[in-house]
Amino acid sequence: MIIEQLSVFLENRSGRLHEVFEILGKAKINVSACSMADTSEFGILRLIPSEPVKAREILKENLFSVNVSEVISFAAPNSPGALSRALKILADAGIGIEYLYGFSPGDKSFIVLRPDDAKRAVDEFQKHEMELISASDLYKF
Amino acid sequence: MEISIWNRHFETMPREPMRTLQSERLREVVERVYFNVPYYRAKMQEKGVGPEHIQSVDDLQKLPFTTKQDLRDNYPFGLFALPMSEIIRLHASSGTTGRPTVVGYSRRDIAVWSEVMARTLTAAGVTNKDFIQIAYGYGLFTGGLGLHYGGEKVGASVIPISGGNTRKQLQLMNDFGSTVLACTPSYASYLAEAIDESDISREDLKLRVGIFGAEPWTDNMRREIEKKLKIKAFDIYGLSEIIGPGVSFDCEYQNGLHINEDHFIPEIIDPETLEPLPEGELGELVFTTVTKEGLPIIRYRTRDLTRLHYDTCRCGRTLVRMDKCTGRSDDMLIIRGVNLFPSQIESVLLEMDETTPHYLLVVDRINNLDTLELHVEVEDRFYQDKISELQNLGKKIKNQIESTIGLSVNVKLVEPKTIERSEGKAKRVIDKRKLK
Ligand SMILES: [Zn+2]
Repeated sequence: MIIEQLSVFLENRSGRLHEVFEILGKAKINVSACSMADTSEFGILRLIPSEPVKAREILKENLFSVNVSEVISFAAPNSPGALSRALKILADAGIGIEYLYGFSPGDKSFIVLRPDDAKRAVDEFQKHEMELISASDLYKF
Repeated sequence: MEISIWNRHFETMPREPMRTLQSERLREVVERVYFNVPYYRAKMQEKGVGPEHIQSVDDLQKLPFTTKQDLRDNYPFGLFALPMSEIIRLHASSGTTGRPTVVGYSRRDIAVWSEVMARTLTAAGVTNKDFIQIAYGYGLFTGGLGLHYGGEKVGASVIPISGGNTRKQLQLMNDFGSTVLACTPSYASYLAEAIDESDISREDLKLRVGIFGAEPWTDNMRREIEKKLKIKAFDIYGLSEIIGPGVSFDCEYQNGLHINEDHFIPEIIDPETLEPLPEGELGELVFTTVTKEGLPIIRYRTRDLTRLHYDTCRCGRTLVRMDKCTGRSDDMLIIRGVNLFPSQIESVLLEMDETTPHYLLVVDRINNLDTLELHVEVEDRFYQDKISELQNLGKKIKNQIESTIGLSVNVKLVEPKTIERSEGKAKRVIDKRKLK
């Protein structure tokens, strides 16, 4: 249930973000989820590609600094308080969250989350019968 | 194990006989320039000094200094002490401003050059069994040919490939089995990266020794190159005004460069007062060439900052040692009134595990205040997904630099391989103040 996410270091230069997606697109790698975190000095692009190993190699060949991190993804009802309940499970288990990103296209919300302990987060969610999304599910979307 | 020394007689000569020899040669050279070079004669007369006042090395400081400007003012051949019919070679250093400086060699000067380079290579363990790949530039620059003469003199198989053309460098290194690489340290690290990225595996190469010089580099950079290229790296020092490479060299103990002082007498002076400094003090290095015929040079101000050590080295050589130059006054930046040498920045980066020595310093002046921005590459292996970690890295670099140089600096993290790698001398500073 643990998903491999790539994060790419980017200088704040126009066109760099486009280059990353162009490189991946040419290599026929699909991106299922992404988020861009930026500071005044630099940015970090986080993305979940269909072929993490290949995507990393291609980006490294193109001289990007790339890091692989473990994230989990889950679905929750698109209703007030649903996300709160999900996060409480982790809080009660003492699992910290580095960051998350997500959206709600209809009656469900989809969240990608980086816990400080991905394995325990998966265990806790499974214990509470949360709807976890696996890597293969993600690529199908 | 027996330490190999090319010329045991001169390289291990006790101090007293060395002083006697230097004094003798100094008397000769002063006479030669006084009678053969009108410019020197006029300068000496101005100071009220004649050949009769110079009896020993203790009288050196009575003589006037020579600077790069003197060479330019006498462009091209005005300081030569021989008729042009006796000059068999001319070299010139590229002048970034104004005229180049031209140096001329007699047949004997070339022989002396070969001798001091043979000492240099022998101290690095190079023998007639070696293949020496000379990736210094050949041409008007003295680097290539200096190494070439030394390599031939010790009987090594010389590969005069010259600088640049990295693909060919790697191909010949692999196909010919080069055991010695001679080039600038920045080109050596460039080649190390190129080897990593090529299909050649380091295990197939026979490289074991590096002879690096022609630009300032730190001990940290040496360790870095040694690790990356899996060789032992030797520093060499020289400047065309004195002879080219071969002025001083590392021995296997790498604790200072032995100066070929039977040919080039060193002094250390205070660059402000021009007074000689006592042994061990940091100051500007000054040379008097005592055997050169074509272009003898008296008390030449190198602008390099170093210290001298006269104790006998563990290798057995008595030749005085100079520290690696801590900077050139030409490279010196004055930021908010503080002297800054780019090599200081490099040392700090190399001391830190998380950075590479590739950096770019951007100096600017905003609202009449000098600003300093340091670009450092975020290498893949140090890169973290967390913003806080990257910010901490930036802060750590900033703190280390600031505490070392005493100036505030903005650190900018940039993507890998975006700082220009040069095939010759590294360009590490952009001073925008000069452009305004
Ligand atoms: Zn020694």
